[in-house]
Amino acid sequence: MADDVFTLAGTPFTSRLIMGTGGAPSLDVLERSLVASGTQLTTVAMRRLDPGVQGSVLSVLSRLGIRVLPNTAGCFTAGEAVLTARLAREALGTDWVKLEVVADERTLLPDPVELLDAAETLVDDGFTVLPYTNDDPVLARKLEDAGCAAVMPLGSPIGSGLGIRNPHNFSLIVERANVPVVLDAGAGTASDAALAMELGCDAVMLASAVTRAQSPVLMAEAMRHGVEAGRLARLAGRIPPRHHAQASSPGSGRAVLDPERPAF
Amino acid sequence: MQPSETPPAQDARGTACAADTGAVPGAADSGAAASAADVPASPARQASAFASGDGGYDVLVAGGGIIGLVTAWRAAQRGLRVAVVDPEPGGGAAQVAAGMLAAVTELHYGEETLLGLNLASARRYPEFVAELEEASGRDTGYRASGTLAVALDSDDRAHLRELHAFQQKCGLSSEWLGGRDCRRLEPMLAPGVRGGLRVDGDHQIDPRRLAAALVSACERAGVVLHRAWVERLVVRGGRAAGAALADGTVLGAEQTVLAAGSLSGRFAGVPQDVLPPVRPVKGQVLRLAVPRAYAPFLSRTIRAVVRGGDVYLVPRENGELVIGATSEELGWDTTVTAGGVYELLRDAHELVPGITELPLTETRAGLRPGSPDNAPLLGPTALPGLHLATGHFRNGVLLTPITGDAMADALATGELPDVAKPFRPDRFTGAGASTASARDAAPGSARPLREGLPA
Repeated sequence: MADDVFTLAGTPFTSRLIMGTGGAPSLDVLERSLVASGTQLTTVAMRRLDPGVQGSVLSVLSRLGIRVLPNTAGCFTAGEAVLTARLAREALGTDWVKLEVVADERTLLPDPVELLDAAETLVDDGFTVLPYTNDDPVLARKLEDAGCAAVMPLGSPIGSGLGIRNPHNFSLIVERANVPVVLDAGAGTASDAALAMELGCDAVMLASAVTRAQSPVLMAEAMRHGVEAGRLARLAGRIPPRHHAQASSPGSGRAVLDPERPAF
Repeated sequence: MQPSETPPAQDARGTACAADTGAVPGAADSGAAASAADVPASPARQASAFASGDGGYDVLVAGGGIIGLVTAWRAAQRGLRVAVVDPEPGGGAAQVAAGMLAAVTELHYGEETLLGLNLASARRYPEFVAELEEASGRDTGYRASGTLAVALDSDDRAHLRELHAFQQKCGLSSEWLGGRDCRRLEPMLAPGVRGGLRVDGDHQIDPRRLAAALVSACERAGVVLHRAWVERLVVRGGRAAGAALADGTVLGAEQTVLAAGSLSGRFAGVPQDVLPPVRPVKGQVLRLAVPRAYAPFLSRTIRAVVRGGDVYLVPRENGELVIGATSEELGWDTTVTAGGVYELLRDAHELVPGITELPLTETRAGLRPGSPDNAPLLGPTALPGLHLATGHFRNGVLLTPITGDAMADALATGELPDVAKPFRPDRFTGAGASTASARDAAPGSARPLREGLPA
């Protein structure tokens, strides 16, 4: 797996699990979860954090050598998101941004019009834009056309843990995309992460599934394995599903057992 | 839970509760209050006698919030000569805190060791309050009125039921009520309440009155209060020897206690390897007033998780209604923001619609001293003569009684009581830089990765 590199905007990663930090019960648990997940890229909400402060989430990431991906969580308009992205660039010295523009607090679903608008503005401004989007193949294509470095469709609403509700749309998005496709939001447990990878996603992003688990550290390790298992299965090529059984042991070429020496 | 213990048994739900909810070893109140005759001479005389030079005080406490004050008061009761340095004794996070004594409703997965300390402190509260009110001549607003945690939709209800199951596993007392039963107890609750947990053992106190009472009790016990900023810790010959003030005065002491709340992590003069890994976590809190005609409005603390966010309403007997709190990692910023106030009012209004009629009397932000595992750092450090009493995070008010007792033990005998031993600062050896040490020795959340896995 070491040579199976995930390249995002020209940057190589050997881990295909991108983590978020929201909901972690403590900094200590967060740190050990990040280590267990093997992640190399982790997103932080710029609105809930002062980058100048020591001993906070950013200190943990820097100590672990994990790249920081600022996000625009909590923004409802393209204007707010663009402003937040610019403040993040200034504070953290990175032009990468995970772009989130949500439509309402109840569903936290992306507002497609505001999202595309913000993406176009930020791409023009030199940002590497990684948009959190609906599982809509048309919108995904438009975001790619706008110059986004990846598309990150939701499996189901943020924090819901409902998994991938429309796997077919993921297949459609993956088929058409020329940029990495990352499952963002909805994973509840390790099989969800594995399914995303089996469907052809390049990586999985998640936070709540780990940070709000009863044992976040164990779940982080489970997610790492889920992503790796799904990726291997995708590369291996699954067998076509069949309606009827097909014996795994062929009828010919059976071992001839010595009648004088029973097997047991 | 000591690290050497066998991992707790695991059941089908995935998380065991290892908290010692019964009698805690060494938890018997060790206050051993000194009689009035043992109390040192008047503060003024003592200040002149010991204000400078070596060996002035037995104990110097840097930080006069409730944790520093209770440490000073309890140490003075043991016959030690004690001083507190703080520009405003009785200030700090207690001026903002709501004062919930919520060991049961604040239960979190992975914090079972902290639960043991929280429960031990909660058990001491009635006696602690009685003694403090007697010693200070002040009321503290302690109220044994209980807590009701409610859910407003099916997601939050499922979350609360899970908490209930976890509480029961930990041997804690809480009762599940249907929505209508919740509203019979508290008629001002929104009709949409789907169910709730009644916890009669989670009480409340008014932290402002608690802080004022501790200041009085300290003064009466002969604790010297230096109203000044500490410039830096003084270290001589590899020992903490007191503190230097901004005006150059040096206050010498045999033992120094760092109890500076969220500022503890950036205390000048403290060697890097014993500097506590404590950070400020901002909380915005609102205060409303319940007019007499509306009383009682609410008769116990109401709390809920509204769409994943925590909100609580704490009604005091004097008509104050406290609504809190946000949780923000923004350094030492204490700005009250429109968004913070909006979110608190939005969620509180969803819970108790009638609050819109009440006067909004105060909006304020405070800083919780957060440690990496959310638990306090108590007792001696690797630097001889230096103790810590900090990092209490959300539980400073709740942990005040046991912190005072444990710190007085450590200062008087050199030994922490058993109940406090899991919270020694050395669990973060390397000032939080090493996850390995935290994992091996930290209480509560810091547990070996494989602990609790089915065999």
